[in-house]
Amino acid sequence: MSATVATSRTPSRSSRRRGTDAGGLFNRLAVTCLTLFALIWLVPFLWALITSLRPDSEIAAHPTRPWSNNWNLDAYRAAWHSTAIGWWYVNSFIISTLAVIFTVVVCSMVAFALVNLNFRGKHAVFAVILAGLMLPTEALVLPQFMEFRALHLLGTYWGIILPAVALPVAVFVFHAFIKGIPVALIEAARLDGASWWRIYYQVCMPLCRPAISAVAILTFITSWNAFLWPLLVLTQTKSQTIPVGLSGLIGGAAIQYAQTMASSVLGILPLLAVFLVLQRQITQGVANTGIK
Amino acid sequence: MTTSALAAPATGVNTDVRRRPGQAQGGENRSGWLFATPFLVLYVAFLIGPVLIGLVISLFNTTTVTSGLGSWVGLSNYAAVLSNGDFWASMWHSVLFTLLTTPLLVLLPLLFAVFASRVVHNRWFFRLAFFAPYVVPSSAVCLIFAFMYTPQTGLVTNAFGWVGLTAPNFLGTTSGAWFAVVLLTLWWTFGFNFILYTAAIQDISEEVYEAASIDGAGPWQQIRSITIPLLRPTMSLVLILQVLASLKVFDQIYILLAGGPNYSTRPVIEYIYDTGFTSYRGGYAAAATMVYFVILVAVSAGWLLVRRSRTATAANA
Repeated sequence: MSATVATSRTPSRSSRRRGTDAGGLFNRLAVTCLTLFALIWLVPFLWALITSLRPDSEIAAHPTRPWSNNWNLDAYRAAWHSTAIGWWYVNSFIISTLAVIFTVVVCSMVAFALVNLNFRGKHAVFAVILAGLMLPTEALVLPQFMEFRALHLLGTYWGIILPAVALPVAVFVFHAFIKGIPVALIEAARLDGASWWRIYYQVCMPLCRPAISAVAILTFITSWNAFLWPLLVLTQTKSQTIPVGLSGLIGGAAIQYAQTMASSVLGILPLLAVFLVLQRQITQGVANTGIK
Repeated sequence: MTTSALAAPATGVNTDVRRRPGQAQGGENRSGWLFATPFLVLYVAFLIGPVLIGLVISLFNTTTVTSGLGSWVGLSNYAAVLSNGDFWASMWHSVLFTLLTTPLLVLLPLLFAVFASRVVHNRWFFRLAFFAPYVVPSSAVCLIFAFMYTPQTGLVTNAFGWVGLTAPNFLGTTSGAWFAVVLLTLWWTFGFNFILYTAAIQDISEEVYEAASIDGAGPWQQIRSITIPLLRPTMSLVLILQVLASLKVFDQIYILLAGGPNYSTRPVIEYIYDTGFTSYRGGYAAAATMVYFVILVAVSAGWLLVRRSRTATAANA
């Protein structure tokens, strides 16, 4: 079946491209416009990179010149030594990784139960999680702060990780995916005497890899880029995450051009690298879940 | 925060017959709750918890400095919030930001996604260029744009001069500040909506276009009478996601402008932050939180109701 789809697709696509003369003109116009904008979209990245590699004196003398007579990495050295960016990397990495692991495990477990197990109150649980999609958690930082102070979780990694784990949208991604697993597979494992726990991690989870990667990637990005909550919870310079630490450099942009841009390039690099490697999965994950 | 239903993988098996009849197994009941417990505990503690705590605190004159509730003040925090000009000013700033960003971020990505659907080669390049900014932390974006907005020497400032315009003082005047933060947001989040539209366009069958082009429909006609109508549901989803995201704006305005100049761009979240964490008026800030919370929930609930009644009329028609 897929073969027929593929063959019927190819000619239709090229015929659409060939189209009429007006169609050809329109397509050329669309491509030109799109390319122009895409290039403009890359300018801030390139500008930060170029600036970070030029000496400050040259930037001050010719601020908009895109080349240099003296490319160098001094600004990166200065940025590394004058900020705690090494620590920020470590903190961001630990927090995001743990958030991913806990989110994937906890959300897939509840989704598995909602699909495969008939427990009392199941529909109520489903409704409660559905309602959670409408909960604007970002707006609740103040009461959340009071709660975490009472629990003595301020200033700890757990203070950032725990509120990120129960993610309703992740439950629905897993729910939709687990529903697609044939019942016969689960039934067969049941008849073989497998426990629900074994069915979960030996039958269900291996089949859920696309859902796992979608949830994992998007949780990682969200967690890595979180700003307000880490700003409130982690107040020591060395315990901050990349976004919070970088935000403290904002005043320096007008004086130490190269160093500030070098810091932001360093802050951008890890996720940009992840994105370049996993481009397809990330954009597909966004398209499928609409996590924002 | 919101989901469009993820398409379940096609397995060719009817999954509706999952409920096995006549099994009130105690074991299954217990296992079900065991699997659901970790999520439910965290959900109740850290998603529902803050709502209830906010509700309680808003009725007391709690301060953020010391622990403890303080004394009961009834609804006077709410009265104070609702009659406070600064609160309504910050609410207006969040709404204004939403009004400025939503049309741009709903329509421009649509236009470019339609253009991109006409491209056959090198689609990855557009995906890369438009979506890459979305994975960058807000503070890195703000550092780069603050540098580009620098008076006299900044790249954006100079770009205005190249096309014969005079750049406003981006970080020093209110109108300049709004321009700066809207442009930054457009660059930063454009790719997210672009990807949602691109995915929806890919789902439209090629045969529809083929039939249209055989009937002699030109590209604009195809877009007007096929692509746009079929994209309505996606536009509606993008619209509500964008409105909610824009109403919750904080990062860009706080980092780039600190709510300035002179609080003229301060959004609600920063107002809550300032009253709660700088002036330590916990009870008052909690009341502001609850008002804001109710507005946000009302917006999403309103959208759901409208969509439900639309699909109901569509089903009846």
